[in-house]
Amino acid sequence: MSVLLLADHDNGALSPATARLVAAASELGAVDILVVAENPADIAAEAAKIAGVHKVITVVAPATAETITNSLENLAQRYRVVTASASSVGKDVIPRLAAKLDIQPVTDVVEILGPNRFVRPIYAGNALETVTDPQATHLLTFRASAFRPAALGNDAPIESSNLSVTSAAKFLAAHRTDSDTPDLATAQIVIGGGVSVGSAEGFQLIEKLGKTLGAAVGATRAAVDAGYAPNDWQIGQTGKIIAPDLYIAIGISGALQHLAGIQGAKKIFAINSDPEAPLVKIADVALIGDLFEIVPQLVAELERLGLKR
Amino acid sequence: MKILVAVKRVVDHNVRIRVRPDVTGVETTGVRMSMNPFCKHAVEAAVQLAEKGDVSEIVVVSIGPKQSNDVILTALAMGAHRGILVETDAALETLTIAKLLAKVVAEEQPDLILLGKQAVDDDSNHVGQMLAALTNRPQATFASEIVVKGAELEVTREVDYGRETIAVPLPAVVTADLRLNTPRNAALPMVMKARSKPLAVRPAAEFGVDLAPRLSIEKISPPAERVPGKKVGSVSDFAAAIASEVNEMEAL
Repeated sequence: MSVLLLADHDNGALSPATARLVAAASELGAVDILVVAENPADIAAEAAKIAGVHKVITVVAPATAETITNSLENLAQRYRVVTASASSVGKDVIPRLAAKLDIQPVTDVVEILGPNRFVRPIYAGNALETVTDPQATHLLTFRASAFRPAALGNDAPIESSNLSVTSAAKFLAAHRTDSDTPDLATAQIVIGGGVSVGSAEGFQLIEKLGKTLGAAVGATRAAVDAGYAPNDWQIGQTGKIIAPDLYIAIGISGALQHLAGIQGAKKIFAINSDPEAPLVKIADVALIGDLFEIVPQLVAELERLGLKR
Repeated sequence: MKILVAVKRVVDHNVRIRVRPDVTGVETTGVRMSMNPFCKHAVEAAVQLAEKGDVSEIVVVSIGPKQSNDVILTALAMGAHRGILVETDAALETLTIAKLLAKVVAEEQPDLILLGKQAVDDDSNHVGQMLAALTNRPQATFASEIVVKGAELEVTREVDYGRETIAVPLPAVVTADLRLNTPRNAALPMVMKARSKPLAVRPAAEFGVDLAPRLSIEKISPPAERVPGKKVGSVSDFAAAIASEVNEMEAL
């Protein structure tokens, strides 16, 4: 018993990033997973299948910052490391837990160098900080995209905890963007659209290319602010940080704050009418031209190549 | 309602930062500094609540070297009433910052504490949540909308799946996300007026908080550089390049 990992879930399903977090946490010891949910059974059953999971613990409660923090606080003394994803949930609860336990956390870890040595990006990925954490207990969040997922095929035991936790904050309503495209933060291929896409209708072109490649679709802050794409599509320093194998940037000039969010992409491809755009200059492959002509042709060409994923 | 807003002075977010060649940190001497953008949204939210009425006072606090007075003055020019600088030249960890702020909260007893969700230098995203825990208050992080309903706030939060609305009883801690509002640029008369508003400077040492860091920073290094790639001349070449990448991808 040494590492406790908080599992993210949404709409009654385990977050697909969990296998990546288990892989990261496994580098530090045997992993127990905690699921805090009103109906944790199905989520826990999914988590129990991930290789490297020693045990899944469930707490029945609505998932708020306070209920999750209290659950973790109750269990923390049994563990040397308490971890979560650097997601909106992990970011919400790990610092709260840290203050309760009087531990300085290390968050957004992208590389584990040793049992207490970690690398985390600062200045939106424009610099990397290597830290040693001499504290007896480590509180960490991991960037899921930086780690390869653990395999499936486990059948870890599930233990229900009878912890009773409360929350002064009450959940009122969820407002979600309906989308069947993969999750931006963990997708292998991401297509991004910039303000030159010109309209919400223009973004349908980008989405069509996304479907052809089985890719997640994102946008720049300028495109989101212009109302062409929803908030949760925003890639960049102040939006989502992505780390796909392939990022295809369409009509994106490459503002500093956007470039910061795509540092982790293995390959960057760009379509742009401006050969001098900063993003074109760092792209591995660039095609110069009008996106409204190129994208439909590209979809047709990829379909002709039979690129089905 | 009394509001406390905590703000941080950071390297201006439009500056392209440079890692020091000796990997001890990021160059900050001779670099333009300004208020962390997320903190500006927090100040703006406080001022907008005051403009709607029911706010008795907005107190703004910053922790840092004496130049942090500049960001306090920015907040006072935007409409905050009074400033406190907790002065220190040391680089403090987030938990230490939260402990110092908790001392200020104990003195000031605000109903609402507003902060930016994170600072764009260390990107920690810790302090609001830590302060909520230390002062035993509920938290509403990453806020894109704040509605006051009597002794309660309804806060819409930006989360990974979209947005969610929660209700938090006051006193509470709220951290601001980008879409909460559009921060104002203070007009010159307000900037002049800010200089006559009260600003207390207090050494960090007088708060009785251990300022020593827990973590040791081994080095700050630049990320791997990207080598410039190639331009292709046709859609079919571009499609072929995509196909070759896809074929090389590790199956998940």
